[in-house]
Amino acid sequence: MRARALAVLLGLLAGPAPAQEAVARFAAAQGQADTVLTIRSTTDIVIMAPVLETFVADNPELEIAYEQWGSNALYADSLAACTGPQAVADVVISSGVHQMVDLVNRACASPYRSARTEALAPARRWRDEIWGITQEAAVILYNTRLVSATEVPRTRFALLDLMRRDAPQYHGKIATYDIEASGLGFLFAFMDSQEATTFGGLMEGFNRVEAVATCCSAEIIEGVSEGRYAIAYNVLGSYVDSAPRPDLGVIYPEDYTLFLSRALMIPKGAAQADGATRLLDFLLSPRGQAILAESNLMWRPDFDETGLPSSARRDIPINPTLLVAMDRHRREIFVQKWRATFWAARPE
Amino acid sequence: MAKGGFETGGRGSLLSRVMLGVLSLLVVGGVVVTFAAFAYGRNAARQAYDQILVGAANDIAGSVNIVAGAPLVNMPVSAFGLLALASEDRITYAVRGAGGALLTGHADAPAAVAEVGQTPVFFDAPLHGDPARFVTVVRRFSERDFSGSVFVTVGQTLRARNEMALGLTRGAVLVMTGIGLVLILGAFLVIRSAMRPLDRMARELSARDPYDLTPMPADGPAEVAVMVGAMNRFMGRLDRQVGAMKHLISDTAHQLRTPVAAIRAQAELALEDDPEHLPQRLDRLVKRTRSLGNLLDQMLSRALVIHRADNAPPEPVDLRDVALHVLEGRDHEVLAPEAEVELVIGDRAIMVLGDEISLCEAVKNLLANALRHGQSPVRLGVSRAGDTAEIWVEDAGDGPPPDVLDRIGGRFERSAASKGNSAGLGLSIVRAVAEAFGGRVTLGAGPAGQGFRITLVLPWAGAGGTRDAG
Repeated sequence: MRARALAVLLGLLAGPAPAQEAVARFAAAQGQADTVLTIRSTTDIVIMAPVLETFVADNPELEIAYEQWGSNALYADSLAACTGPQAVADVVISSGVHQMVDLVNRACASPYRSARTEALAPARRWRDEIWGITQEAAVILYNTRLVSATEVPRTRFALLDLMRRDAPQYHGKIATYDIEASGLGFLFAFMDSQEATTFGGLMEGFNRVEAVATCCSAEIIEGVSEGRYAIAYNVLGSYVDSAPRPDLGVIYPEDYTLFLSRALMIPKGAAQADGATRLLDFLLSPRGQAILAESNLMWRPDFDETGLPSSARRDIPINPTLLVAMDRHRREIFVQKWRATFWAARPE
Repeated sequence: MAKGGFETGGRGSLLSRVMLGVLSLLVVGGVVVTFAAFAYGRNAARQAYDQILVGAANDIAGSVNIVAGAPLVNMPVSAFGLLALASEDRITYAVRGAGGALLTGHADAPAAVAEVGQTPVFFDAPLHGDPARFVTVVRRFSERDFSGSVFVTVGQTLRARNEMALGLTRGAVLVMTGIGLVLILGAFLVIRSAMRPLDRMARELSARDPYDLTPMPADGPAEVAVMVGAMNRFMGRLDRQVGAMKHLISDTAHQLRTPVAAIRAQAELALEDDPEHLPQRLDRLVKRTRSLGNLLDQMLSRALVIHRADNAPPEPVDLRDVALHVLEGRDHEVLAPEAEVELVIGDRAIMVLGDEISLCEAVKNLLANALRHGQSPVRLGVSRAGDTAEIWVEDAGDGPPPDVLDRIGGRFERSAASKGNSAGLGLSIVRAVAEAFGGRVTLGAGPAGQGFRITLVLPWAGAGGTRDAG
């Protein structure tokens, strides 16, 4: 009953959908698949593969066409499909939950209700049109060789103090997302700015140590692992654990840790809405959640050895307050401020 | 009918009809209150959520700053937190500058024409195909580098409002249903207890001895007392009828015994006596027989009068007609062919409420008495004295002796009957008629102090105003 990934084409697609980065097809081994379920997602194919393989094994009549997209491109594509004649996907999954909330707010999603969706916490669903299928933490990474055990910043305050000292070994060795380039980085920074006053201090600290702003999770993780960066702030924890790397330490900040719930929606007019709801129910089922947890997409407190107190948990709620993150002026102001502090008076 | 009349199983028992009435009233009231509750709920929801909407709009308007000569909105999360109180509703907003140019927000959000000082302006418009509520507020800037108005429009779909309205309505309907059930139960108990006197009456009636015509106790509510009263009156009439019949039978038996015995004695004597006494015996026999006939006539007449007086509804009668009828009947010519009767009537109608046949019988009896016992000339007259109408018979004699006068007018006069005349019985008829129509009988000397006059005095019913006098 092992399902197989039929094809994985990485980032080389020319043609009708230039924005997608990779495509894969999943079908049951001996399946007589007669319908194709199109999923457009920001999640890496390899991470989602186990859960999708299990799903098609359970539903041999379904074949999944999985397209991996960048979050901004996926948002633009979904919005265009919602208002234009363009074909919509059957399922859209994105870590840019603010963009997903905006799509739902623009009436681009179709509602669905089941026992499983109703069992979700209110912060993980909105209008029965968008559901948070995962729970992933924003963590601080450090290189175990470069950061001594006594200096490991377990809280943002510790990180602040560390940056204020401006020790030469951290100068230019602290990385975080470039919020202008990364949608996820922007969302994390935006939530940080609402969560605590430490955000302003962190910006100044990043400026003082001439922190590096970079675009991508993979690049950051690799950099920390290889020692190019000593510390990386606000990295999506799920990407860290999916491939064990040497010299990589993970911190769930004890003052508070942001939790992101990757959002799924079924676009209005989806051709395979029935298959889409089945996939949703499967992803939310104990079995589906267990497989997602295997893929590190579900943070499980019972498996957690970090000792994160539950009071330090901050879920990014899937609700209309995220629309503020989509506001043009607010974005402008936020980015302006970020630029002004992060890049202020740098030698370059 | 007699058996099942008061059982609730009867077609449309009073209880079920009243309950049906109460029920339909409650249903109609319930429908009305439901609509009212829904209208109220919708209004309450609208007011509550309009406040949220305008609060969010003002929050956004308050976050507008003039930066480098242009309005810049530092969009507050609190505004969206406020709107998210309607947790399932979609939101749209737009901040527009002069000329409606979009500063930030959704380009497709509708805009209201709003003036400073007239805001907030609420309006309804569709939002992505769903009905939605919008508000526009204006903030005016008079800065060195920017002068003008900024329009903030915030809109929200109606899901939370409708849910609140429905919730309020549901609550009201739930409470109302409870109250309605209590009311129905209460109504049932009250109506049943109100009907209980009827049940009791029916039970008492059906348990009653058929000859028991005594009045029923008229306690209980007024409506039942009315019925009991009517029934008691009916039974009273029945009782009088039955009594009259009993009297008639016993009187008849009583009064007939003596004359019949006398006739039989005369007949036997005629058979046994000498033939030369025969004509004399036969003559007596004839006299006795005629007297018996008169007696029978009067007894029947009395029965008739009592029956009619109780049963015939009173009608306007002209007493002159009564007098004329009696004279035209010419019965007196049989009694006393030689006597002359003078009629004394005016040219104006003298109306009373009564039964003409009963009145005629009464007057006939008066006239017959006068002709039989009084002295000629006999006068029959009709006159009016104030509020009373009178019909009278007067003769030139002195009237009966005082001891007879005292006894006269009883139900029957044994002495009269045994003597073969029937003046007493006749007067009792007159008296019965007088009582039946609210009048009385007076005896005495004539107006000139001479003769003997018997007068039947009745309430005068006016000269006109009746259909006969028209």
